[in-house]
Amino acid sequence: MSWAEILPVIFMGLMGLAMFLYVVLDGFDLGVGMLLHRADDGQKDMMIASIGPFWDANETWLVLGVGILLIAFPKAHGVVMTALYLPIALMLLGLILRGVAFDFRVKAQDRHKPLWNFIFFAGSTVTAVAQGWMLGRYITGFADGGTYDLFALAIAIALPCAYVLMGATWLVLKTEGELQSRAAHWGRLALIPVVVGMGLISLATPWVSDTVSARWFSLPQFIGLLPIPFATFACFVALWWTLSGTRALGTLCWLPFVLTVGVFLMGGLGLAYSLYPYVVMDRITIWQAASSTAALNLILVGCAITVPTILAYTFFAHRVFWGKATALRYG
Amino acid sequence: MDLDPVLLARIQFAANITFHILFPTISISLGWMLLFMRWRWLKTNHRPWLTAYRFWTKVFALTFALGVVSGITMSFQFGTNWPGFMEKVGNIAGPLLGFEVLTAFFLEATFLGVMLFGHGRVSERVHMLATFLVAFGTTMSAFWILVLNSWMQTPVGYEIIDGEFHVTSWLEIIFNPSFPYRFAHMLLASFLTMAFLVAGVSAWQVLRGKANASTPLAMRAAITLAAVLIPVQIVVGDMHGLNTLEHQPQKIAAIEGIWETEKGAPLLLFALPNEAERRNDMAIGIPKMASLILTHEWDGELKGLNEFEAHPPVKPLFFGFRVMVAIGTLMLLVSWAGWWLLRRQGWRPEHAPRWLMISIAAMTFSGWIATVAGWYVTEIGRQPWIVQGLLRTADVASTTPASHIAITLTGYLITYVLLIAAYISVLRYMAEKPSDSYDPAPTGGAAAPLGTQPARKEGGA
Repeated sequence: MSWAEILPVIFMGLMGLAMFLYVVLDGFDLGVGMLLHRADDGQKDMMIASIGPFWDANETWLVLGVGILLIAFPKAHGVVMTALYLPIALMLLGLILRGVAFDFRVKAQDRHKPLWNFIFFAGSTVTAVAQGWMLGRYITGFADGGTYDLFALAIAIALPCAYVLMGATWLVLKTEGELQSRAAHWGRLALIPVVVGMGLISLATPWVSDTVSARWFSLPQFIGLLPIPFATFACFVALWWTLSGTRALGTLCWLPFVLTVGVFLMGGLGLAYSLYPYVVMDRITIWQAASSTAALNLILVGCAITVPTILAYTFFAHRVFWGKATALRYG
Repeated sequence: MDLDPVLLARIQFAANITFHILFPTISISLGWMLLFMRWRWLKTNHRPWLTAYRFWTKVFALTFALGVVSGITMSFQFGTNWPGFMEKVGNIAGPLLGFEVLTAFFLEATFLGVMLFGHGRVSERVHMLATFLVAFGTTMSAFWILVLNSWMQTPVGYEIIDGEFHVTSWLEIIFNPSFPYRFAHMLLASFLTMAFLVAGVSAWQVLRGKANASTPLAMRAAITLAAVLIPVQIVVGDMHGLNTLEHQPQKIAAIEGIWETEKGAPLLLFALPNEAERRNDMAIGIPKMASLILTHEWDGELKGLNEFEAHPPVKPLFFGFRVMVAIGTLMLLVSWAGWWLLRRQGWRPEHAPRWLMISIAAMTFSGWIATVAGWYVTEIGRQPWIVQGLLRTADVASTTPASHIAITLTGYLITYVLLIAAYISVLRYMAEKPSDSYDPAPTGGAAAPLGTQPARKEGGA
């Protein structure tokens, strides 16, 4: 492969990384948003406090992911955005509402707080459902028809459940006492639909897409790929074990969150393998959609400098707020 | 219903970008104001500076959140509304937007968390640095976005191969002819908007009898800033206009309502531009003034709209420009009168004339109106092009059916109107709250939560 051919692969990797980080990072705060209505008032404040310092930056990864699609694969960007016009609008409205509700709820008058709490919950849910729907449509290459809609619908339900799992395990990590044990319980509740959903989707994807089917169910690839489903299964079992009883409430509180990240990582790897080298399934490959080599070279240099820097200071920000969340105070 | 999808897409994009710009316009400069307040507190140990910092930090957090969510919307609408733009101009616009995200957006968003909630968890120096990085990040965002916008107005440093734009010189693209003027004009607009917001909210507190020890400090800083910057803005605005005359004369012709090329063109104070008959109705003007301002000669020649094969719609530019200039003039009057009268009162706003406080409070959101009017002039003034003279807006629009755009547009508009109303009413609510609700006085010998030394010097303004 020449450099001009390698570049788009690198950018697909970068886009995958940004999207993965987005799903993990915003996943936990969307999940916390969807769990908000289950908590009492004091717990609500603590839940919000656990995501307060992070959510602005978390959403930035979505901008980077879409940004790379736009910068590196401009010819696919338009196709994807046009095909997903309505769910994108829905997601954006959800993101707008939850983002501002987060700030308004503590600054508005006390009697309006329940309204902003509800908007935070509803905005988070709408965002997650829209993203699931978009993912479902994307995997099938925006194919139309009842089966494909059903497939997208299944993901539109499964992804929010996965975010709830993420949010619950985040709370197990970041909180203590009653809220922590409730969070472990919420995590266990979310685990069942996530396992069922992920299983069904893994089986349905090859069924709705011949490309995926050919890629997975041929030898020797099939054997090489077996670690992905096995690792996912192991993560699920371990999640169930840690979330049961009081196992996750002590020093192991980080484990469920890490295991959930592991589930998302396996899902992401499986998805990446299914899609590659298409940026729009069965229609546009990354090479067809790529920008000019000159433009890609420039952005690559930029990314090589900035992305590690961003990762470093993101880690720094998490380090500053390491440990259990405390009540938020401006200062 | 027969709706033009391109027009709807433009309205939708305009609605979003109008909503978006309201908040960065405040946060770009408010970041620096916070840094100033924080620095004054560390330097003087005068407690009200901390109160002011705390109050405006909360406003900043709210403003920033609105800016982030509407900014995310914009990053998607480039693709949903103008897919052809990225296909054709992606090699240039892509890296510029990319660098905005990589060098600015992440920086401000990440350090915002540390700045807002990290005090006591990091050292004073690191916290000051985080505050600086947030301010610096917002300014860098403005830099990259204005590079791209200016390039779309005055494109250079490119070549077109098979209808696709390719870069020949990044230096030329970044420092394109209109960029320095537009960047300076926008930064000044941001500082003026913020200054009138801070002064206006302070005046409101005085009028409602809710002023606290920090109110005079904030008022003084804001009015002084406004009084100093408004003349600078008028000069920079004039230079920006001359630059536009050189590169986009049709925009100036529309602003001035000049249909036929003429020498010694009048400065129209009022008129109703009539595009159907290509003339102005009910025009009142000062003879030869437009020529004098734009060419610095009484009989300077200004090109008329009829000379151009394509030109922007006249009315929005004609009126938008006059709204902006009128607010600029009001800003000049209010800030200078305010500075003079408040200084005579020893910067005690409660002793200043009531009419002055009412005028300043009335100007709280004047910067928003002037900024939006100015952006309408510059953006509508580029039509029918998306890249001046090279790429038409209609040619890059999406094929999304008009009905989809109409539905989502309605959703966005309702959300935006409600959120602007919520923002203003929450701001008002916060301004009227007693200051010890967000800045409790230090008790006993405990160290002040902010600053290296405990606050000891209590005192009047």
